[in-house]
Amino acid sequence: MLSQVESHLRSDRFPHIWCPGCGNGIVLSALVRAIEELGCDPDKTVVVSGIGCSSRAAGYLDFNTLHTTHGRALAFATGIKLARPELDVFVLMGDGDATAIGGNHFIHAARRNIDLTAIIFNNSIYGMTGGQYSPLTPPGKRATTAPYGNIERSFDIAELAKGAGATYVARATTYHATMLEKLIMAGAKNKGFSVIEAITACPVGYGRRNKMGNGLQMLLWQKEHAVTVKQAEKMSPEELQDKIIIGELYRGEAPEYTVMYEEIIARAKGKTQ
Amino acid sequence: MANALAAPKAVHIVVREGWCKGCGICVALCPKEVLSLNGSGKVAVVNPDRCVGCGRCEIHCPDFAIGIEVKKQ
Ligand SMILES: Cc1ncc(C[n+]2csc(CCOP(=O)(O)OP(=O)(O)O)c2C)c(N)n1
Ligand code: SF4
Ligand code: SF4
Ligand code: SF4
Ligand SMILES: [Mg+2]
Repeated sequence: MLSQVESHLRSDRFPHIWCPGCGNGIVLSALVRAIEELGCDPDKTVVVSGIGCSSRAAGYLDFNTLHTTHGRALAFATGIKLARPELDVFVLMGDGDATAIGGNHFIHAARRNIDLTAIIFNNSIYGMTGGQYSPLTPPGKRATTAPYGNIERSFDIAELAKGAGATYVARATTYHATMLEKLIMAGAKNKGFSVIEAITACPVGYGRRNKMGNGLQMLLWQKEHAVTVKQAEKMSPEELQDKIIIGELYRGEAPEYTVMYEEIIARAKGKTQ
Repeated sequence: MANALAAPKAVHIVVREGWCKGCGICVALCPKEVLSLNGSGKVAVVNPDRCVGCGRCEIHCPDFAIGIEVKKQ
């Protein structure tokens, strides 16, 4: 219910800065419902973000929030979690934030399997700076820095996260907002590095240039192009070419970083051999 | 009423016009044509009686500008 969601917002900062129809608010709303449903203690909940339109999300939340520097949200979050492992730490990043300038932090957070819940707002573009292409801009799509179409292949965030060692990987779209909420909850429950990719619309920096219409039309595009993991199993690679696979994509087992670190501290103090 | 479960639910739609940016997402996703945009391009509740309390408007509003409160009568 809106009243429950609002209790976690800094209402005095609203209306927020995002453009009409921008999907960032839908992701933020799903995150708040997930935190509410998880029953996290607000005083022990930390939300860390980088820089970008999406990273402004942290400033609207009435938890312990940290709006850091571009690409470095995971570095700050790693420090927080190491110092205070009992805290629930959520990390909000844009696609550029997480996979371009912050790509190294991303793969190493995954490799360490540190218990953070990373939510990547993937709008396929650098929204805040005016629509430059990012490592997530699909081939052929237009950006201010790719006026004739992007010639680069894009990352698959889920495969990247899995390959680098994350132990929970999932994807949903803003159209599938309830699924997104449930996946964030499952990611938060995983004791390790969890990545939830949220496909979200930037009608101004991406949609307009690629003739995808306004926020509503881009939301309906997500509905038409998403297939669940189950549906995808029965489809050929050709059929899947322009599709977005949504749902829980991967779960793995690995030692968690702060647990290992506590053990090292104990060993160094001579408590165990 | 024979069955408590069949009791009608009072669905109250809460709108915060000052936060609405008129994107029309709630209007398009509502399955019951409860909502519309008014002359100023803000959300308006035009058919409150038809609302089934599904919550699609609330979870898809990017601006936290519409919500439903469901109370059992
Ligand atoms: C060190 C540094 N380099 C570059 C920038 C400029 N900059 C700000 S946001 C941004 C990219 C934003 O794209 P993304 O991370 O996808 O977030 P979005 O705005 O799309 O949500 C860039 C390049 C910066 N603020 N700091
Ligand atoms: S530029 Fe794009 S991502 Fe940024 S607020 Fe506007 S629509 Fe959203
Ligand atoms: S709760 Fe459902 S039926 Fe009621 S206004 Fe919202 S979308 Fe329409
Ligand atoms: S979805 Fe929200 S912002 Fe958009 S028209 Fe409806 S109430 Fe207004
Ligand atoms: Mg982006």
